[in-house]
Amino acid sequence: MTLAAGANDPILPRPYRVHRVQKETSDTFTLELRPEAGQASFPFAAGQFNMLYVLGVGEVPISISGDPGLPQSLVHTTRSVGAVTKGMGRLQRGDAIGVRGPFGTPWPIEAAAGNDVVFVAGGIGLAPLRPALYQVMARREAYGRVVLLYGARTPEDILFRRQLKEWRADFDLEVHVTVDRATRDWRGNVGVVTHLIPRVPFDPYHTVAMVCGPEVMMRYTVMELERRGVQLEDVHVSLERNMKCGVGFCGHCQMGPKFVCKDGPVFPFEKVRDLLNVREV
Amino acid sequence: MSHAPHGPRALDAEGLAALVDALVAAGYRVLGPAVKGGAIVYDEVASGKELPRGFTEDQDAGRYRLGRRDDEAFFGFAVGPTSWKRFLHPPDLLRFRASREGHGFAVEPADGAPTSLALLGVRPCDLAAIARQDRVLLGGPYADPAYAARRTEAFVVAVQCTEPGGTCFCASMGTGPRAESGFDLALTEGPASAFVVEVGSSRGAELLGRVPNRPAAADEVAAARAATDAARGKMGRTLETAGLKEALQAAAESPRWEAVAGRCLSCANCTLACPTCFCTTVEDTTDVTGGRAERWRRWDSCFSLDFSYIHGGSVRRTPSSRYRQWLTHKLASWHDQFGEPGCVGCGRCITWCPAGIDLTEEARAVARGPVPAKAARKE
Ligand SMILES: Cc1cc2nc3c(=O)[nH]c(=O)nc-3n(C[C@H](O)[C@H](O)[C@H](O)COP(=O)(O)OP(=O)(O)OC[C@H]3O[C@@H](n4cnc5c(N)ncnc54)[C@H](O)[C@@H]3O)c2cc1C
Ligand code: SF4
Ligand code: SF4
Ligand code: FES
Repeated sequence: MTLAAGANDPILPRPYRVHRVQKETSDTFTLELRPEAGQASFPFAAGQFNMLYVLGVGEVPISISGDPGLPQSLVHTTRSVGAVTKGMGRLQRGDAIGVRGPFGTPWPIEAAAGNDVVFVAGGIGLAPLRPALYQVMARREAYGRVVLLYGARTPEDILFRRQLKEWRADFDLEVHVTVDRATRDWRGNVGVVTHLIPRVPFDPYHTVAMVCGPEVMMRYTVMELERRGVQLEDVHVSLERNMKCGVGFCGHCQMGPKFVCKDGPVFPFEKVRDLLNVREV
Repeated sequence: MSHAPHGPRALDAEGLAALVDALVAAGYRVLGPAVKGGAIVYDEVASGKELPRGFTEDQDAGRYRLGRRDDEAFFGFAVGPTSWKRFLHPPDLLRFRASREGHGFAVEPADGAPTSLALLGVRPCDLAAIARQDRVLLGGPYADPAYAARRTEAFVVAVQCTEPGGTCFCASMGTGPRAESGFDLALTEGPASAFVVEVGSSRGAELLGRVPNRPAAADEVAAARAATDAARGKMGRTLETAGLKEALQAAAESPRWEAVAGRCLSCANCTLACPTCFCTTVEDTTDVTGGRAERWRRWDSCFSLDFSYIHGGSVRRTPSSRYRQWLTHKLASWHDQFGEPGCVGCGRCITWCPAGIDLTEEARAVARGPVPAKAARKE
């Protein structure tokens, strides 16, 4: 893929190639992208997203799920749900893909230093949180307790299994997984992820929480965290809205006064609390 | 050639035609009023002779009638169904072409360098609307290159308002009936189509210098000023804006949203006619082989169900939530986003609503809150 003039045009996809395809679960896959030869990679922050373009099919926002310390390979983990994400799922090593980004606000990695960190993920919501996990693991000594609470549909839907096991073993990451529906050999938790919150050890007065999942799950999670005594200004959520541009032009991602693409997707909860309480906002 | 000084000048009917011709000669694509389909629209003007004269219109909620005046005025109407965004932020725009090359594909930007535009007859409300879109499309962390390419060089000839229309309320929104800046030239049409011309830029002065004009007499300038001052009191609509933003934002659950949604057809006419609505979607298309693709950008509307679609369903499923999005964006959340309201009081959404829904009336009703049952019965 070659790119003509206008490389600074925020709406023109830049040329990337699929370097590696990793099937994660039955409907979820990870693509590792590399810039076309001669093109530079770009730095990104944990929590940011790219607009990924599949030739002729369309373009959708997908969070970066890779390590911000290794920006030369751009990693995205996607669940196939519709036309574009299914088209993306058919790409193979060597295929081209268009990339625009990185867009949006980051997780508060630096601000969390010195505190306990609680990650709460629902389903594919673990993918946008993984860059933050990479960064916290890279400077593990700068943080207190680090806990991941993760809800998946079934044991087969658990993402990044091996990596979580490694982080748990080598970096003192406390991982609690729960599933909506157990299979026969599952001996872990069953039920919603919010039920885990009262049971895990962290110091609520010195905790930063980062939450990503379906909107209802995030609302209940925040309620539980608040009940434990976590300050709402220390709770961050990543929101999802329809996005056609990613840069504040198309209007689709509006949520009351917020443009989720440029004011978010990561918000301190107290900044969006009132909006999340309004129906169909 | 002598340059026109920056004091007010005067132009007659021939001078106006010469001005159009001078713009055409300077290489501009001149856009101005034209009569089409029973309405005054903005369209390409090839020469000064083409400008329509003697038209007026009658506007009210859900109503527009073109009419004849008993004089030959050039600008004897307010605003019609089109707005300048049609040209500065086009409804359908090819953004890029992509074609398969081996395993890869090449992307080629499609929006070359559009011809410089000259906008003739921009009303103060519309001038304010252009400034609103400037802030959205050029004022953020990213600038929209397509808008920048059209807007940055556009030559603006404003026309001050002396006869507001039946749905106008620019005076309430603080955007008219007089524009003080943002134009290259501003005309006030006086009796017998004698224009007082204010010069707003050096290129405006330079262009004016190429057509027959004379210094405006003091009484002409005073009369032009008096006519625009008087227009203030002739607005077809008004809207009290003090406290409105807060009142609307506190009224997310007002029953009025349901009531208005019962009349709203979700036709999106209001958003298409509105000169500040900027929302767009993209359409990606391919040829039969899938080897060549195009990306089109098209106007979109928050009144459509798809607008807020995410996997699992649209966020704003009910028409009432969509009407609420529109009205609160215009009159409330736009303030939070851009420090000013998103409505300039042009009245188009009122005139072109097939159900005759009046934004000023809805805003008032929502802000006032539900009327207690007793009081309602007395009304
Ligand atoms: C900031 C952000 C980050 C995201 N990160 C990820 C991620 O890391 N992994 C992942 O699997 N998914 C992610 N999503 C969701 C992903 O964008 C949607 O699943 C995707 O747009 C669906 O497109 P589709 O064409 O396959 O599905 P369809 O259902 O066919 O969608 C049709 C169109 O609707 C819009 N749309 C549908 N669902 C969504 C949605 N959930 N969010 C926004 N627009 C939508 C898109 O414009 C899409 O093209 C993210 C969404 C946002 C807003
Ligand atoms: S909301 Fe209505 S009155 Fe206000 S600028 Fe838009 S079309 Fe004009
Ligand atoms: S009112 Fe609706 S269509 Fe208009 S700018 Fe706002 S969100 Fe977009
Ligand atoms: S995605 Fe287009 S404005 Fe946010």
